[in-house]
Amino acid sequence: MATLMVPENLVYERPRSFTDAPTHYCPGCTHGVAHRLIAEVLDEMGLAERTIGVAPVGCAVFAYNYFDTDFVEAAHGRAPAMATGIKRVLPDSIVFTYQGDGDLASIGMGEIVHAAARGENITVFFINNANYGMTGGQMAPTTLPGMKTTSSPDGRDVETQGYPIRMAEMLATLDGAAYVVRRSLHDPANIRKAKKAIRIAFEVQDRKLGFSMVELLSTCPSNWNLSPVESLKWLEEHMIPFFPLGDYKVAPAVAELKI
Amino acid sequence: MARELWEGNQAIAEAASRVGLEAYFGYPITPQNEILEWMSRRLPELGRAFVQAESELGAINMVYGAACTGARVMTSSSSPGISLMMEGLSYIAGTEVPMVLVNVMRGGPGLGNIAPSQADYNQICKGGGHGDYHPIVLAPASVQEAVDLMPVAFDLAEKYLNICCILIDGSIGQMMEPVELPEMRPVQRKDFPWAVTGAKGRPRRILSSIYLDPPEEEKTNLRLLRRWQEVQEKELRYKEYFTDDADFIVIGFGTAGRVALSAVRAARAQGIKVGLFRPITVAPFPYKRVAELAQRVGAFLVVEMNAGQMLEDVRLAVNGSIPIEFYGRLGGVVPFPDEILSEIQRVAKAKLSADADPIANWMKRMEMVAR
Amino acid sequence: MQTELILAGFGGQGIMFAGQVLSYAAMDIGKQVTWIPSYGPEMRGGTANCTVVISDEEIGSPVVKNPDIALVMNLPSLDKYEPLVKPGGMLVINESMVDRSARRTDIKVISIPCSEIAEQIGNIRLANMVAVGALLSGLDVLTVADVEAALMAHMPGRHRHLLSKNIEAVHRGYEYAKAHAVVTR
Repeated sequence: MATLMVPENLVYERPRSFTDAPTHYCPGCTHGVAHRLIAEVLDEMGLAERTIGVAPVGCAVFAYNYFDTDFVEAAHGRAPAMATGIKRVLPDSIVFTYQGDGDLASIGMGEIVHAAARGENITVFFINNANYGMTGGQMAPTTLPGMKTTSSPDGRDVETQGYPIRMAEMLATLDGAAYVVRRSLHDPANIRKAKKAIRIAFEVQDRKLGFSMVELLSTCPSNWNLSPVESLKWLEEHMIPFFPLGDYKVAPAVAELKI
Repeated sequence: MARELWEGNQAIAEAASRVGLEAYFGYPITPQNEILEWMSRRLPELGRAFVQAESELGAINMVYGAACTGARVMTSSSSPGISLMMEGLSYIAGTEVPMVLVNVMRGGPGLGNIAPSQADYNQICKGGGHGDYHPIVLAPASVQEAVDLMPVAFDLAEKYLNICCILIDGSIGQMMEPVELPEMRPVQRKDFPWAVTGAKGRPRRILSSIYLDPPEEEKTNLRLLRRWQEVQEKELRYKEYFTDDADFIVIGFGTAGRVALSAVRAARAQGIKVGLFRPITVAPFPYKRVAELAQRVGAFLVVEMNAGQMLEDVRLAVNGSIPIEFYGRLGGVVPFPDEILSEIQRVAKAKLSADADPIANWMKRMEMVAR
Repeated sequence: MQTELILAGFGGQGIMFAGQVLSYAAMDIGKQVTWIPSYGPEMRGGTANCTVVISDEEIGSPVVKNPDIALVMNLPSLDKYEPLVKPGGMLVINESMVDRSARRTDIKVISIPCSEIAEQIGNIRLANMVAVGALLSGLDVLTVADVEAALMAHMPGRHRHLLSKNIEAVHRGYEYAKAHAVVTR
């Protein structure tokens, strides 16, 4: 074994920006993928020593256990405000929030919109899995029309429960937003695209170009009551048509970045 | 430094910026807007951080973030805004990071009005948000005292890793008095061993208020409590007037306390031997000193701009040993000195009982006052 | 010794500034002083008032029910504060804006056409300083020289060009009050 692990043969290792802690996420959940991509980019850009992460309330509440960077734990929905406080005092640090759809698009709608509107120089990773995972799969602002959840047992009825919110499209309308994109984590090709977007988002922050957000369509096999593989397929077939992948805001200065 | 005429809110803002404030986050609400407005000009001028947040929720969580970096940070608001901040305050207390909060109280409940009130004493002194913790609460009665307490508030917050609240009402915020401000000090961020600043050359740090394992949360609660006991032992502040030879004593904080001073002086001029006890630290409350005074005088008259919230602390200190009388004005009404003087005159003559219910008796008299 | 004043009028008549000028003057001669406004919706063009307390010792109440002196710049303020002046106290009335005379007989009343005098000086907005001058004629604790010094020391930069006119207004008000407006009933 030892002879095989010479650097030129090494194609996969644990990112240095990760701790040794195993994650608590459910089997097949894409949180682990999202975490790993962020850690890989922090490694590649050499940012870990000046990074401060802001964890949400939701499944990723323990994100701080997995990243080997300074971390704070925000109240539900308030991560962009807390990140603002940190960034304004430490403008040369790298500050990112990691938020789910209930946290960011429901209770934290005010904080995210205004952080983007101010052009707050922070990076937001928005995990959209169309439900409240931690609390047991209730309806989220991103739950699809007709989608069954524990609080929309007959399927989301848009007449009484309203329509899902497309956050990337919405935040892209704000002048303060420099880079707002949606990617998906359902297959290797899309995961590679997601990583590139995460890289650009951190570059945007490092160059003080403004607010950046990468929305990541994610799976929730436990609450969707699907196997991990079925979940990936469900994401592709049902979520992407409603939440189209793409670049919703790329400020001119960001478009010029050569990475 | 020479005295200058300063409005309370502006003086508080300028004093904070002179004692090393690095960041302010706030949201407009009357009667404290002048703090936000002053900061919006002053802090950028000094190269420091100012953000007008999208809401009080946003503001307190920006404070939370900045506090986690070890920076001197504050916010200010008034009653309804403070209610909105309760969530963040609890998180800040649970994370054990320092901050200063200025509450310029106004009439309530609900939207109420913008007139001076002391009705949020219980809200901040008896917790402020969920969970077992105690913010330190200082209640100045003048603009100068508020200014002098700003550096004290930051020092206390940092020493005890706690929230320190300056509790005033709209009248202190809006009034002007001659003030001597502190000299401008450079920002000196302390190298706190807990601050998140980027894990350069050291192990990473995590700041959180989560303790999922109840025994761990219990340890945290006990740690907070031990610090609180130390605050109770070492940090009590109060001011006494004419208490040495007093037959009975008026107790009031903030504006009610200073209005009572006028009444006490007028009563003294009439030969009534009355004193005044004005707590400055209202949390922790100076229970011991009030208990000592209770052994020397015949009665207390508690005066507040609320329905007897501090009265409960006085009753706790006195523990039934002497009669306590109460006079309060509510809803943003500031008592005039002559109202308190009549109360003093009444107490001087009345046969009082330690068993009487001061609230019930006051309510009967209020029917006349509020008619 | 403690002196308590209430100044009242319409928003925009310079009532707040008049109170502040007296406060600055008191501070500069080493007195304790408080200035407290009525604040709130009424500050937008409605009635405005401020209370000034000048004292030799730590000031207790900044709010006053029965002032030693009331300065009223309009009729609603006259109606409100005339009954409240302490017996033996003083009432200064801007007669330019008031169509009745004072009813109290147990106080000193100074009635002075502040607006007209201000217009003679060249700016009707100086009426507040004319009133301050009249008030000084019956105020023991401050002199015209004290107020003049305070104006010179504390007048905001953007109003600096109006300094000499303000000082002139104070003098004119004082002289008018001394000459013929004082009625002791």
